[in-house]
Amino acid sequence: MQSLDSFRDEARVRAVMEQLARVATREWILMEVCGGQTHSIMRYGIDQLLPKQIELVHGPGCPVCVTPLEVIDRALAIAARPDVIFASFGDMLRVPGSTTDLFQIKAKGGDVRIVYSPLDALQIARDNPGKQVVFFAVGFETTAPANGMAVFQARREGLKNFSILVSHVLVPPAIIALLGDPENRVQGFLAAGHVCAVMGYREYEPLAEKYRVPIVVTGFEPLDIVNGILACVRQLEAGRAEVENAYPRAVLREGNVAAQKLIAQVFEVCNRKWRGIGEIPASGWRLRDEFRDLDAEQKFDVGDLRVNESPLCISGLVLQGRKKPNECVAFGKQCTPAKPLGATMVSTEGACAAYYRYARHTFAVVSEQ
Amino acid sequence: MSIAQNLQAFTCPLPLRDYPNIVMGHGGGGKLSRDLVAHLFAPTFDNALLAPLNDQAVFALNDARLAFTTDSFVVKPIFFPGGNIGELAVNGTVNDLAMSGARPLYLSAGFILEEGFALDDLTRVVYTMGQAAKRAGVQIVTGDTKVVEAGHGDKIYINTAGIGIVPDGVNIAAQNARAGDAIILSGAIGLHGIAILSQREGLRFDSEILSDCAPLHDLVAAMLAITRDIHALRDPTRGGIASALNEIADAAKIGIEIDERAIPVPRDVASACEMLGLDPFYVANEGKLIAFVPDEIAPRVIEAMRSNPLGLDATIIGHAVAQHSGMVVARTPIGATRIVDMMIGEQLPRIC
Repeated sequence: MQSLDSFRDEARVRAVMEQLARVATREWILMEVCGGQTHSIMRYGIDQLLPKQIELVHGPGCPVCVTPLEVIDRALAIAARPDVIFASFGDMLRVPGSTTDLFQIKAKGGDVRIVYSPLDALQIARDNPGKQVVFFAVGFETTAPANGMAVFQARREGLKNFSILVSHVLVPPAIIALLGDPENRVQGFLAAGHVCAVMGYREYEPLAEKYRVPIVVTGFEPLDIVNGILACVRQLEAGRAEVENAYPRAVLREGNVAAQKLIAQVFEVCNRKWRGIGEIPASGWRLRDEFRDLDAEQKFDVGDLRVNESPLCISGLVLQGRKKPNECVAFGKQCTPAKPLGATMVSTEGACAAYYRYARHTFAVVSEQ
Repeated sequence: MSIAQNLQAFTCPLPLRDYPNIVMGHGGGGKLSRDLVAHLFAPTFDNALLAPLNDQAVFALNDARLAFTTDSFVVKPIFFPGGNIGELAVNGTVNDLAMSGARPLYLSAGFILEEGFALDDLTRVVYTMGQAAKRAGVQIVTGDTKVVEAGHGDKIYINTAGIGIVPDGVNIAAQNARAGDAIILSGAIGLHGIAILSQREGLRFDSEILSDCAPLHDLVAAMLAITRDIHALRDPTRGGIASALNEIADAAKIGIEIDERAIPVPRDVASACEMLGLDPFYVANEGKLIAFVPDEIAPRVIEAMRSNPLGLDATIIGHAVAQHSGMVVARTPIGATRIVDMMIGEQLPRIC
């Protein structure tokens, strides 16, 4: 394995950019699906170095961003209960619900803890038998194996005080929804490398064929991303529409079969609402019936929640690649990472946050200061 | 006017109104901390010495120019690889004085102890404080002890205040940084934060990384021996070098350009940050400084720094510029640019 530095090397990245400039004879619009890739693109300034004829639009692959407001509100209602320890990845803490966020629940005495793995939450449950421990299981296919493992182990140990609040989403149905949209402009996709490391990429093959669109499995370092772009543009220029693996050091066509088996044991496909986009059929996973006692949604009756989205926020259009963050009237004004109106401004993988944090010097925006 | 009316009368109550309760980020050294100071403490305590919001106040008393500072320490855990809360409490205040160019003289020590805290542990902490004071050449000349009920504190909190003398001709403050200045970093970043993180309960991350906790006044003295014309100094503690650079850009109304590749990040720190999703630019340091000096004397200042054990890896990381005032822009490893923003909220609570 090469060191990460070699994937961030200026000369190597520039060499690929030069090839790209020679290969691309016309304008092409590509979408990077994953928020981790969006973050990398803005963090390293990859977009600034791209030939002018290549436009990147940013996809819906930010789990924090697409988690519906009612799920966030449900999490907040559960976290505020005195008998609960609520464990979450750090990113979810600042996501605004209708009226508050997890940080403020914590400030008012709620026991909210940041963990790096659902298995850490499981340990908290073992250590605190008198408390109900709830893990906020958001994410794409990438985080499902660890979440599934936590549920699996909790069942095996007979833990009665552990549950997960599930809001899993899946990439292929989102790509289908985007391609089915009459306003779609995307001509090629960079598929999310980490999702494919788990799921493989066979499920993308029928999509590439049906919609005549190249899909390139792409990693997250600058060199990975520009190589993914180059592979995608080469296909477009040649009139090909195939699934191609530009991230072979992490991804196999079959994916991680053991992880897929575990997922299939614990989760089943369901319809899922995506924040800002709406319901996408068969686009999520929920716990199977036999694990319902480990489902926080079943365990805690938090009632019907009425949600209240900001009328200014265009995160739905941003997540579908139809608007860039800096095209929003609230961007950098009413909406900043310190005071986000929508989740795309919160998560480090959100396109709005990435634009604000790394790139607001490259376009005219009135900053909040 | 009532207190409530006065509270309404602040220049910009927005950041405070957003948070009806204190959240951890208010103590994180980033934007929320800055908002709290700028919108509550500074306008309420309103005076000319406080207004520049440096890490210390500098004022004349008779013929001497004194630097005066205070700092509280709530680090968790209290013992960590490379140091403990007592050593941090001495060095932290010594460094706040040193960042004005002052020679530190006297410290106070206030202890808030939790009922049940082991006397053996307190002894270790106090002993190390004595050692640290000796190393730094300061005396702890006054103090206070309070005890709170079990469950109402976390073992031990320490407050230290310090006084030092600023040499003649030295005028170091964030707002004195100027376009054209070279920006020098004294060594590798991220060690203290990652050392603490490696000890935190619940995070099973094994690391041999030691905190860089150290008193910096000798290093500063070595720099001042070369030139009195040092414009600004900061020790990038909470919020890391990103927050320190943003504070200076903001105070001096300058832009800052740095080269990411010039910033020394130890391989272990880099891997820990990759794993945990942290940016080393925001991770706390306790024995490093950032200096703004005229570009033409920077090589000599660096040479002097490298002759001190705490400045062996001193290097130029960028320059102050006249453009994009208040903004820190970095050249990325692939040769593009990006903003290095002030930290929002906090990355790691109770780091010092």
